[in-house]
Amino acid sequence: MFKLADLAKNKELFSHGHRACAGCGEALGVRQIMLAAQTTGLPVVTTMCTGCLEIFSSIYPHSAWQVPMIHTAFETSASTASGVEAAYRVLRRTGRLNEEIRIIAFGGDGGTYDIGLQALSGALERRHRFLYVCTNNEAYMNTGVQRSGATMFGAETTTTPVGRKGYGKKQFEKDLTAILVAHGIPYVAQGSPSFWNDLITKMQKALDTDGPSFINVLAPCRLGWAFPPEETIELGRLAVNTLMGWVSVGMLTPEKSRVVAICAVE
Amino acid sequence: MILAKTGNEAFAYAMKQINPDVVAAYPITPSTEIVQLFSNYVSDGEVDTEYVPVESEHSAMTACIGAAVCGCRVMTATASQGLALMHEMLFIAAGLRLPIVMAVASRSLSSPLNIHGDHSDSVASRDSGWLQFFCETVQEGYDTLIQAVKIAERANLPALVGIDGFILSHCQERIETLEDQVVRDFLGRRKPAYNLLDWRNPILVGPATLQDYYFEFKRSEIEGMNQVLPIIEEVQAEFGRIAGRKYPVLEEYRCEDAEAVVVLMGSACGTVRVAVDRMRAKGKKVGMVKLRVFRPLVHSLLKKSLVKFKKIGVMDRVDAVNSYGGPLFTEITSVLYDTDERPWVFSYVYGLGGKEFTPEDAEMVLEQVLTGKEDELVTYVGVR
Ligand SMILES: Cc1ncc(C[n+]2csc(CCOP(=O)(O)OP(=O)(O)O)c2C)c(N)n1
Ligand SMILES: [Mg+2]
Repeated sequence: MFKLADLAKNKELFSHGHRACAGCGEALGVRQIMLAAQTTGLPVVTTMCTGCLEIFSSIYPHSAWQVPMIHTAFETSASTASGVEAAYRVLRRTGRLNEEIRIIAFGGDGGTYDIGLQALSGALERRHRFLYVCTNNEAYMNTGVQRSGATMFGAETTTTPVGRKGYGKKQFEKDLTAILVAHGIPYVAQGSPSFWNDLITKMQKALDTDGPSFINVLAPCRLGWAFPPEETIELGRLAVNTLMGWVSVGMLTPEKSRVVAICAVE
Repeated sequence: MILAKTGNEAFAYAMKQINPDVVAAYPITPSTEIVQLFSNYVSDGEVDTEYVPVESEHSAMTACIGAAVCGCRVMTATASQGLALMHEMLFIAAGLRLPIVMAVASRSLSSPLNIHGDHSDSVASRDSGWLQFFCETVQEGYDTLIQAVKIAERANLPALVGIDGFILSHCQERIETLEDQVVRDFLGRRKPAYNLLDWRNPILVGPATLQDYYFEFKRSEIEGMNQVLPIIEEVQAEFGRIAGRKYPVLEEYRCEDAEAVVVLMGSACGTVRVAVDRMRAKGKKVGMVKLRVFRPLVHSLLKKSLVKFKKIGVMDRVDAVNSYGGPLFTEITSVLYDTDERPWVFSYVYGLGGKEFTPEDAEMVLEQVLTGKEDELVTYVGVR
């Protein structure tokens, strides 16, 4: 358990002044994650996909990142992190870097469920040690709310519009968390900024994991989901509590990949 | 040491001597052996390299970028579809000014599928901001790969070193190699201007830049490329001192009083040399201009050399479908446009998909250029 009073003393590694929409769930999630990243006491180096996060946090000459950050392309957060981790390993092994560093890769649901899934799968199979955080707002928000593999059945997006025949997305979302579990990596979890204490606890566990770890973070999008900005936290909470996907906490062992604890938070 | 090595073996051996910090690569014919042989060196502990056996070439190039941003010396190898799959990331490597070095065993592009040598893959990456070297022999490939590391790091730009698939990649040659320590001393350690892992001085790499800055970033990248030629010459001279082998950026072969020359890149230069010798023996005034560096385009050197000749055949081992001649042809005609002499220039496309290109074919081309006969814009050599 964390106390807000203690967290408030941490540095804002993801600082204010970025260009996210008011009430952006992704910005809230990343802010909490970067606060939590400090609880290990180790420095972090980060990567991210093209998407809303990259656009609102890093339009030159401004940056919201108080830690090293690299963005290369849309589908490449995990493969970039693979390279960073390989560099870290060789520099440590040859005595050219003498401190421990943690690596966090961010990707939207488009960059993770869809176009970047291969790169993520490869990186996990190779067992690079980094934490991958999917900031999941359930559609391609940056390009104007198109459906993704994370979009739920029936949801209206700009490529699954409701019309005389269409009723929104005709397919169910893919179970990415299960796909990750199937990789047999040591830590997989789901979280939401609406349950900050839970998310931060998972962050700490993930960063302490010796091997790849993954957290799927539900990030309500006021533009794509069309709600007033003050309702972000409430919507996230409702999504979790009504079991609209966001309930399981996976704690996995490397030998036997399985979800050992499923608990509705709160 | 004198060794018998194929092009791929020579590349892998050079990589062992370079001892890169990170290699991320994916197998594809005809370059597969490079990564295979290199992973043996890793497995035997002969290098310090962290070898990342990625799941695709797209990830290979991306992982190279991630590692290079952390200050590491980084290499990869690929060909054909693999290079095409990397395409998106090639521009990012160059835009971020990362001195990644890539060994390429050049191969045609599908479809139809063909595994043999031509320059379609490298030339399709021409505008990505990479330095491009085309080698005539296995020896030149070995030497150039070592030089490319130093050139790339001085220029802060990535470099591609190509040998023709199968023709060189699988052809054994007698090569003179350097001692490991000589190579390592020649290269020293990479001294990067910044390092992502330096968390006390955090940097943001690859931000979004819009109408207000993008063009300036690109302009500065272009300037970086504009200034590479003296670096290449400098490094070649340094290399010449340790190895005793020198490769001019542009070589004129038996061009003294030539009336007709052909310009080309890659292994076919060796074929053309034979043809030139045979024709010279018959008293025909022909020669060859070998271009070793495709990017940066050495336009001032090309102009200075080529204005001396009345008739020039430009030979491309790739076609740029429906362009006004082959890719090198259009560049050379542009280079010569503002000269008073304005030589006749003819476009030849040869050897696609590894189609055999013999000394007889080369003689036929030289003969045609000499007589100045030209029926079509592009002559496709040896197509049935
Ligand atoms: C190869 C490639 N294809 C398409 C795009 C265009 N594109 C940029 S961001 C994006 C969608 C991002 O969606 P997501 O990953 O869910 O992140 P979000 O913006 O929703 O946070 C798309 C389609 C691109 N940049 N690169
Ligand atoms: Mg999204």
